[in-house]
Amino acid sequence: MIEFQSVSKRFPDGTQAVDDFDLVIPSRKTTVLVGSSGCGKTTLLRMINRMVDPTGGSIRIDGDDIAGLEPVALRRRIGYVMQNSGLLPHRRVIDNVATVPMLEGVPRRVAHARALELLDTVGLDRSLAERYPNQLSGGQQQRVGVARGLAMDPNILLMDEPFGAVDPIVRADLQQELLRLQRELGKTVVFVTHDIDEAFLLGDQVVILQVGAHIAQQGHPKQILANPANDFVADFIGAGRGKRRLSVDSSVPSAGDDYLLVDGSGYAAGVVEAPGGVLVGAGSGPKSRSVSNKTDQAGDA
Amino acid sequence: MQWLWDNRDLVLGLTLEHVRLSILPIIVGFIVCIPLGWVATRNRVARSVLLSLGGILFTIPSLALFVALPVILGTKILSDINVIVTLTIYAIAMMIRGAADAFASVSTSVLQSATAVGYSAFSRFWSVELPLAGPVLLANLRVVSVSTVSLLSVAALIGKGGLGYLFLNGYQRDFPTEVAIGIVFILLIALAFDLVLVALGRILLPWAHTVFPRLRARPVADAVAAS
Repeated sequence: MIEFQSVSKRFPDGTQAVDDFDLVIPSRKTTVLVGSSGCGKTTLLRMINRMVDPTGGSIRIDGDDIAGLEPVALRRRIGYVMQNSGLLPHRRVIDNVATVPMLEGVPRRVAHARALELLDTVGLDRSLAERYPNQLSGGQQQRVGVARGLAMDPNILLMDEPFGAVDPIVRADLQQELLRLQRELGKTVVFVTHDIDEAFLLGDQVVILQVGAHIAQQGHPKQILANPANDFVADFIGAGRGKRRLSVDSSVPSAGDDYLLVDGSGYAAGVVEAPGGVLVGAGSGPKSRSVSNKTDQAGDA
Repeated sequence: MQWLWDNRDLVLGLTLEHVRLSILPIIVGFIVCIPLGWVATRNRVARSVLLSLGGILFTIPSLALFVALPVILGTKILSDINVIVTLTIYAIAMMIRGAADAFASVSTSVLQSATAVGYSAFSRFWSVELPLAGPVLLANLRVVSVSTVSLLSVAALIGKGGLGYLFLNGYQRDFPTEVAIGIVFILLIALAFDLVLVALGRILLPWAHTVFPRLRARPVADAVAAS
């Protein structure tokens, strides 16, 4: 469990990146911090492994105030995955994955054997182990980044927009892979993104942030979609008028028991099942209902 | 050719002296510039001070330095040290900007990532910053190497110029062959030094030669697919 208690960060140039922030990040769940650029989400993430030290408040990991922990030792027991993988370009894939164990004094042979297993874990062929990072595709590099993050078998995995720089198809692939890994490994994942769809897909807990890292709303994706706390959240998740506001379009006759759905802009977004002309679970007639669609990934590319 | 054969002992001796006197300034200049270049990328004030200093040092006429150093250092006028110190000063002056550029060329996101996974400042310097600055450091070192080998010949005027002696002697005797042989042997030394540096780069920076990943990656991928 990671606890933020009235945490603030003012940078030397006067920017108040984080202002009196409180949050509990539960263990073995994925918490996604989502917000626009400059909202302070990356700063929050970097405070957890002391890349950035807060100017006020405290952060506790399993009850220990991290201000009292040695930063290098702390970082070695927290996995970190960043955008553009952050791999060392002068080290082969296998050495990149084995980096932290070898810093910790694990013998080279043991570290390499473990690194090969980790390549399996993240779905990479072992034949890539001898290559340099620039000889891999962007998606493969990200997988290596994840493998490196898992090398010390950390309880906590910090992910800073890890899939931000790959194309949408590869991103969807990596997202599914992360969900699979998380089902198998059950890490405490803190994931930063500006992509609300990614946040809703991956997060057990989603925290929507405004400038200064003020929490606009936090909760399970379903709670947020069903009850946006305010106009900012509704706007941010697109529930108000965007592609998540779906309504039945009865102007196009449907051949079967499906209704056509259109989004807030009137574009066809999909169909909804309506056996015998009745929407399942809907109390009233289809024309008066709106259905929010949270998993429409196909529309995001 | 006949002259060269007749004077082979002289030319060989001068060549060895030339190598001996130029090799140390190159190495020392390189080593001194590594911390200086690193500091210059960390601190803007240090950068401008160091780069200006490098520029000023470079404007000192070499002959003046050769002549003045024995007085400053209290060494004998014919001591090797005068020449070596002078050439080291020029090597540093030439190398410092390149060294600063080399450390500035290392991607900040790679450095941040190295810190984030748990490199200490010390191990990050040795394992990440220095190797990644390597290609640019090497490129600059090659220039320094060539110009040090060439600059040494000026010291012939104070009697410690290696093959530069052949220039002076050939000029005084109006004998162009001797001058030409001096030039050829200096070029050969410079070339030999350069080859050594390139070879060291290949050995120490193998990753820097994978700039065309697709060209190399394909046969491997095909082989994997075929198997």
